[in-house]
Order: sequence, then structure tokens, then C-alpha cells
Amino acid sequence: MGQYVLRRLLQMIPVFLGATLLIFLMVNVMGDPVAGLCGDKACDAATAARLKAEFGLDRPVWQQYLTYMGNVFTGDFGTAFNGQEVTALMAASFPVTARLTLVAIVFEVVLGVTLGVLTGLRRGRPVDTGVLMLSLVVISVPTFVTGLLLQLLLGVQWHWITPSVSMAAPYDELIVPGFVLASVSLAYVTRLTRTSIAENRRADHVRTAVAKGLPRRRVIVRHLLRTSLIPVVTFIGSDIGALMGGAIVTERIFNIHGVGFQLYQGILRQNTQTVVGFVTVLVLVFLAANLLVDLLYAVLDPRIRYA
Amino acid sequence: MPERPEEPEPHGPYEPYGPFGPYEYEADGTLAGTGPGAVAPTGTGGTMDLAAGEAATLRRPPSPEPGPGPEPGPKEPAKARHRRGKPRSLWSDAWHDLRRNPVFLASALVILFLLVISVSPSLIASGDPLSCDLAHAQEGSTPGHPFGFDGQGCDVYTRTVYGTRVSIAVGVLATAGVALLGSVLGGLAGYFGGTGDAVLSRLTDVFFAIPVVLGGLVLLSVVTSDTIWPVVGFMVLLGWPQVSRIARGSVLTVGRQDYIQAARALGASHTRLLLRHIAPNAVAPVIVVATIALGTYIALEATLSYVGVGLRPPTVSWGIDISAASPYIRQAPHMLLWPAGALALTVLAFIMLGDAVRDALDPKLR
Repeated sequence: MGQYVLRRLLQMIPVFLGATLLIFLMVNVMGDPVAGLCGDKACDAATAARLKAEFGLDRPVWQQYLTYMGNVFTGDFGTAFNGQEVTALMAASFPVTARLTLVAIVFEVVLGVTLGVLTGLRRGRPVDTGVLMLSLVVISVPTFVTGLLLQLLLGVQWHWITPSVSMAAPYDELIVPGFVLASVSLAYVTRLTRTSIAENRRADHVRTAVAKGLPRRRVIVRHLLRTSLIPVVTFIGSDIGALMGGAIVTERIFNIHGVGFQLYQGILRQNTQTVVGFVTVLVLVFLAANLLVDLLYAVLDPRIRYA
Repeated sequence: MPERPEEPEPHGPYEPYGPFGPYEYEADGTLAGTGPGAVAPTGTGGTMDLAAGEAATLRRPPSPEPGPGPEPGPKEPAKARHRRGKPRSLWSDAWHDLRRNPVFLASALVILFLLVISVSPSLIASGDPLSCDLAHAQEGSTPGHPFGFDGQGCDVYTRTVYGTRVSIAVGVLATAGVALLGSVLGGLAGYFGGTGDAVLSRLTDVFFAIPVVLGGLVLLSVVTSDTIWPVVGFMVLLGWPQVSRIARGSVLTVGRQDYIQAARALGASHTRLLLRHIAPNAVAPVIVVATIALGTYIALEATLSYVGVGLRPPTVSWGIDISAASPYIRQAPHMLLWPAGALALTVLAFIMLGDAVRDALDPKLR
């Protein structure tokens, strides 16, 4: 087990470096990191050169990347456009997005898996067809349209929720945004669970459990659901990263001051430190979630053991 | 094809989901090529995973003889059907199925219609999408203008019809690029293996770790072009790893088949093996994933436009219209609903088409 974790951690290093390097290159090579410091006007040549020398931007890109990574590992993510430490921005925004993602994941697990089990056990019945069609419709409407419509209906027309989330962003205000964020993945989790349940219903261990005379409920929850959850857990685990990154759109609609908001500000103001810093942390979260998922397999499926 | 009992059923209930994610396992149960990937195959969100998942289940060893026919029960031998009728290839068999599938027919008709109006929008819309009258701004439906007017007083119907062209163009071009780049790279990696394969696998992992909207925001915010090419290029850049992974897996599965070994033993060159024997049998999952991905790229274009880094006016596209209408959703929801509806219908049509093609190509489901 320990060896396995170690091997996975080692494999993550190139992925982490590659992904951060890619973002670093995108930001630094495509855009001009100094341009944002002079406001809307272009910097004059002397100022630009001085700023570049001050920030070490006159050195080759690989050196810049190494310096940046070196700083990141000592916890120094640089300063944002308004002089705040990027780490301070992260401390303010990551909890908000983490809460939003958590709400989304709860929706995916509770609603998605429940619907998936229901439809998987009733394959071909009207409820199955209905939920399948509904999931396709949800998948085909872009998240931001779903978000805008729900905000309009629930927030503005029916006054069920406040249309925009306050700065503190407590859980109860994040329910609808979390649902919007989860919607596409939710539909996918439903489909995934359905397929998996329908496949595993004919598995030997389920037949054995039925033959033993176990109550139907126990067969479904303990024997059928447990092994069927493996692909679902894979998806949800790797979806965490996508949700946190994709929260940009949802956070924009509901005015949530989370990671997406800060990233958007960073990009608008051409602040490399903010963008690269946040993306670095997002990539780390994504990789950690993936590792966690792999370790969960052994819990869910007793046939999988890590040497 | 002779039966090889020592090889486990490639689609046993547990095969597709090994400890390292659904697509890293090969048909014989061994780990693919260089070992497990560091990340599970996603990062692009639910819709692309739908596409990938659909395609991955197609990864059985494709052979010219499909599995059990529709009439025989599951226990009947695979060849029973061919004794009765003229043997058909996988593709003509799939076509035979598709022609009778109402879902396929409906989605194909919708797509055909969209293609026609994207080529010549003037067939059903006589107006000019760029001629607007501010006096009519945000007005609702009136005779001659069934969808009403948008914030600039342009006719929403005309703009929705004309928007089809750009949206479809982005989808088709991005899909073509992704499918071509992904299948060539993935196919070569799967066929030759070795260092190139290892490098490519790590490279795809890197791309999967970057959330798509985020990457778009970073990459496209510095681009100042008015054309659709930056958006298409970005989609190709972040989309190819998905297809490459599927193509690689598919080529690995096909490459192990007896007829490939036979062709190799007869002295066929790499080019001939790849083009004549492997490609036709390995292309099915790529086609399915590409069809579904086409829909998702159209939706992605709209999302990018909404975030402000996608296409720019005066280009007419659904994404631009939806994002332009979003601030006025309280006063004039029709401005948003019509283009959004057209967008959703298009995405739905492509997903359903991909679904139907997948079902037709998967002999296991018959």
C-alpha cells in the first residue's frame, strides 16, 4: 500500500510540472506580464525594461519557471495586482469554492447515484427512459444557461433564493449554485451508475447474495451498489478538479467571490502571479483527488488489493 | 475468428474499471503499454466524459463478424446469423441497424437541417443579421419577427438562423482537428509503443489536469483576433488528448487480433498494416467520441463567449447572442431563450447521433 502510494506520488511529479509549465508558458509567452502594470496605456520602453529586470523577466523562460516553482515550494506565490499576497487571496477564496464544490459533489452523489440505481434496476421502464431523456437534455444545455435560467426563475421570479450570493457564502446560499455547477456531471453520474448497476446485476456475487436469501435491500446496497460505485467514484474524483476550475462560470453568474472570481480578476488585470498560482493549486487538488480515488477502489472492491 | 478461450472476455463486468481508471486496461486484462497513468481520464467535465465513456465501451476487438444477432438468444453461437443470411460487414450491419432507429433518423434529420441552413441561411431567413434598429430594442414577438428583437434591436430569428453557420463551423473544424490529431498521435503511439507512447501518455495526463474553461480563459484572453481560428485552435489543443487516448486503446486492442498477426507474418509494411488493417477496425470509437464531442465543442464555444474570451462581434454566433442577452434576462428572456434553445437542440442532436451510432456499432447490445 505504502509502496503503491509512493509510486503514484512519483508519477504525479511530471504531470504536475508539465501542467504548471503549460500554464506558465501560456501566461508568460502569449501575454506580456508587464503590460498589466501600466494600466490601459502601453508602458514606455525604459519603464518596461526596468520592470522586466526588476521581476527577472529578462531571463530565459525556463529560469523564470524554476525561480517561480522554487518560490512556490517555500509558500511564496507572489503578489496580486492590488499588492495583496496571492496566498491571502487564496485563503479568502478557496474555502468558498471548496464549499461550492462540496455542495455540487453532494448533489452528484446523493441525487446522481439514487437516480442511477433507480433507473438501472428498472431498465427499459418509463421511469428509466424519462430520466435518461432528462439527463440528455441537462447535458445538452450549457451550464451558464441553466444557471441564468434558474437564477431568473428561483431568484427573481419566485423569490425562493437570493439571486446573488453574499461575500461570506454560507452553505444555504450555495445550494442552487452548487446544483447548477453539478448539473452536467449529475446527469453523467446518473447514466454511469445506471450502466454500472445494470451490468453488475448479472454478476456472480450478486446472484450468490440473492441465492443466500438476503433481503433485496441488503443485496442492492451492500453487494450491488458497492461494486457498481467504482466507475462513479473514478468520475467524481476526477470531476473535483473540473468542478473547481469550471466554477468560473457559476461563480460569475451568482456573484460568488471564490477561485473563479479571483482567477477572472487576475486574467482581466493580466496578473500572472494570481493566475499561475491559482492554477498550480487547482492542479494539485486535481492530482490529490485522483490519488484518493485510486485508494478508495480497494475499499469498494475487495478484489483489488495494492501490493 | 477462432475462439481463444485463454483470453478473458474483453468486456467482463469489471474489465473497464481497473484500479487506474477505465481506459488504462487492455482487453487481455494487462495494463496498457507503459503502466498506469497518473490521473484518471477527465478534467474536461461531464460532457466529454460522456463521449469518452461511450467510446470506451466500444473497445472490443472489432471483427468483420459481429456478435450474436438480434434473433438468436444470448446463448446461441455468434455465427448463427450468418448461416441464415448473407454475411455483412460491421459497417453495413451498423447502417442496417441505424436506418431503422428512430433516434438516429430524428437526430440525423436535425443535423442535416442545421448543415443546410448553415451553408445557406437565406433559405429560411430573408433578413440581414447585422441590420438592427435600436427603436425595436428588446421588443417581443411581432408579425414578421417571430422571435422578437435583441438588445440592439436586431431580429433574433435572423440572428439565430445565421448563428448556426459559425457555431457549426467551430464545432466541425474543432472536431476535425481533434479527431485527426488525436487519432494519428494516439494510433501511432498505440501501434509502435515504446518511448513515444510513454511520452504521449504523460503528455495527455498533463492536458487532463488543466480544466478546460480555465485554460480557455488563460490562453484566449491574450488573443485579439476576430476570426474563429483562435477558438478552434484552443479546442484542438485541449481536446486532442481525449481522442488520442481512445484511439491508442482502440489500436492496441485491434493490433492484438489474429488477422493483424497474419498480415504482419505475410510481410505487410507498417503503412499497409496501419491503413488497411488497423485503421478501419479501430476507427469506430473515434467516430463515436468525435460525434458527441462536436456537440460539446459548440456548447464550449458558447461558454467561452459568455466568459468573454470566445468569439467576438460582429461575428454572429449563438454564444455571442446568449452572452449579450444574459444581462437583460430579466426584462427580455426571449433574447436568450431562442439562441440557447437552438444551441441545446444542436448539442442534443449530436449526442443522440453519437449514442445511436455507438449502439449500432456495438454487437454486444444486439
